Amino acid sequence: MTNNTVISVRNLVKKFGSFTANDNLDFEVYQGEIFGFLGANGAGKTTALRILSGLSEPTLGEITVAGYDARKQPEQIKKNIGYMCQKFSLYGDLTVKENIMLYGGIYGMKKKLIRERTGSLLKRLRFEEYGDRLIADLPLGLKQKLAFLVAVLHEPKIVFLDEPTGGVDPVTRRQFWEMIYETAAGGITVFVTTHYMDEAEYCDRVSIMSEGKIVALDTPAELKKQYQVKTVEEVFIKIARPGKKPG
Amino acid sequence: MKKAVESSGTGKKFGATQALKDISFVVNEGEIFGFIGPDGAGKTTLFRIITTLLLPDEGEMKVLGLDCRSGYKELRKNIGYMPGRFSLYQDLSVEENLHFYATVFGTTVEENYDLISGIYSHIEPFKKRLAGRLSGGMKQKLALSCALIHKPALLVLDEPTTGVDAVSRSEFWEMLKKLKPYNITIIVSTPYMDEAMKCDRVALIQDGQILSVDQPEKVRDGFSRKLFSVKAPEKYKLITALRSYPGISTAYPFGDAVHVTFKDDDFDDALYDYLDRMGITDVKITGTRAGIEDRFLELMGSKV
Repeated sequence: MTNNTVISVRNLVKKFGSFTANDNLDFEVYQGEIFGFLGANGAGKTTALRILSGLSEPTLGEITVAGYDARKQPEQIKKNIGYMCQKFSLYGDLTVKENIMLYGGIYGMKKKLIRERTGSLLKRLRFEEYGDRLIADLPLGLKQKLAFLVAVLHEPKIVFLDEPTGGVDPVTRRQFWEMIYETAAGGITVFVTTHYMDEAEYCDRVSIMSEGKIVALDTPAELKKQYQVKTVEEVFIKIARPGKKPG
Repeated sequence: MKKAVESSGTGKKFGATQALKDISFVVNEGEIFGFIGPDGAGKTTLFRIITTLLLPDEGEMKVLGLDCRSGYKELRKNIGYMPGRFSLYQDLSVEENLHFYATVFGTTVEENYDLISGIYSHIEPFKKRLAGRLSGGMKQKLALSCALIHKPALLVLDEPTTGVDAVSRSEFWEMLKKLKPYNITIIVSTPYMDEAMKCDRVALIQDGQILSVDQPEKVRDGFSRKLFSVKAPEKYKLITALRSYPGISTAYPFGDAVHVTFKDDDFDDALYDYLDRMGITDVKITGTRAGIEDRFLELMGSKV
């Protein structure tokens, strides 16, 4: 982790009609950092994530991602980030190699480079013999790991992971986090959301959102100290839903 | 103790895929019994067999004293089932859904209201709202109310907390605990290992097979090795170095630490020297207590 800022958010506000989904967010994320973005369902995480990845325009605020302005240069942002989520990652009716070729192509990579990286990627997963298999025929854990490597195939500055490990077995979950560590150690920033509070402990820093605001942001160790508890989960339960409203 | 579910040697195939293999367990009346395992472990297939929605290929499955094949008509009256996917009528309102389910089971909302009041009261202010327009947490509460409204003897919940935030998850378990006085047997599945501790007994399930069945504390304490927690600021370097150390048996990241077992069950100063040579500083090694996930990893490892 370094002190170079790769995401800078100043006074981010996003409104949908009279509803304020993001209420004055202010934070920075550094190069090579693993940044956990936590919050209750409906706290506004997805809205912020969409703005940071250039898919949605902020109502107010100055947001710079990978050196580009989120309002004026969303297309540049998209080219310099990777994105992966649990629900949709790869095309089930294409083979492993076809999926890699497709994503590489979308990011404008040269065919030769895609082929080179495909080889090393499959090797890294000890997966060489599966290159021609359909994605739909692969076990979930393998698909998730592959989806992650495809998301960083073009060596983006930042990769956004939206609940990447939902439902996978504990061994795969750990292999996945080791890939995250390796990626971050290589200088790519990892921005991750998760409902597994024990996973928050893997992050360098975590932020916790509640009702559109960031109510805590620090290292897991510092947060636990501040709230005098043993786990990030206890911190989360204390502050993520102050009103404890139904739903 | 009376048995609510008794499975011996249950097996199920889909084409060439063996979804369940030789599944044997007993659920006692009034228990909260958890099936803990990842996606694809076979939890949903098993729950469909228990709820008589699917027939097993092999073995015997007795539910509430009845055979799941011959007793299905009687069983369906006495089981409440909450499937993993939200399956209520999206174009009916909250209260219409509830009345519909009560009527289908030949009862009324008034008759069993005391059973659901603790759960339903959270969503009652929104009773005129269409079910399809509720938030995730509210849908979950409505689905649970509908599954309970006929006062079933057995409640089957398939991943009720998946995708739900930690606060709502802990609330959901509180609601289940409050059903204890009604002596309803509850079978629940989850991919979250930490939820195992909230059950009376659990079965760890993986690849269609049960790895272990017991009280969660006993499953956890079944961990057979000495476990150590190793910490250092540079986590990735630390894991890689530990993996290539000859004395290491297993090394898994756990939060800000790496959980490690040694081939000789213990380590000596050579490990500190080795890590120092690898350029890893500020190393802290302490003995630690295994959690249920450590045990799951151990059982998975021994199976491969």
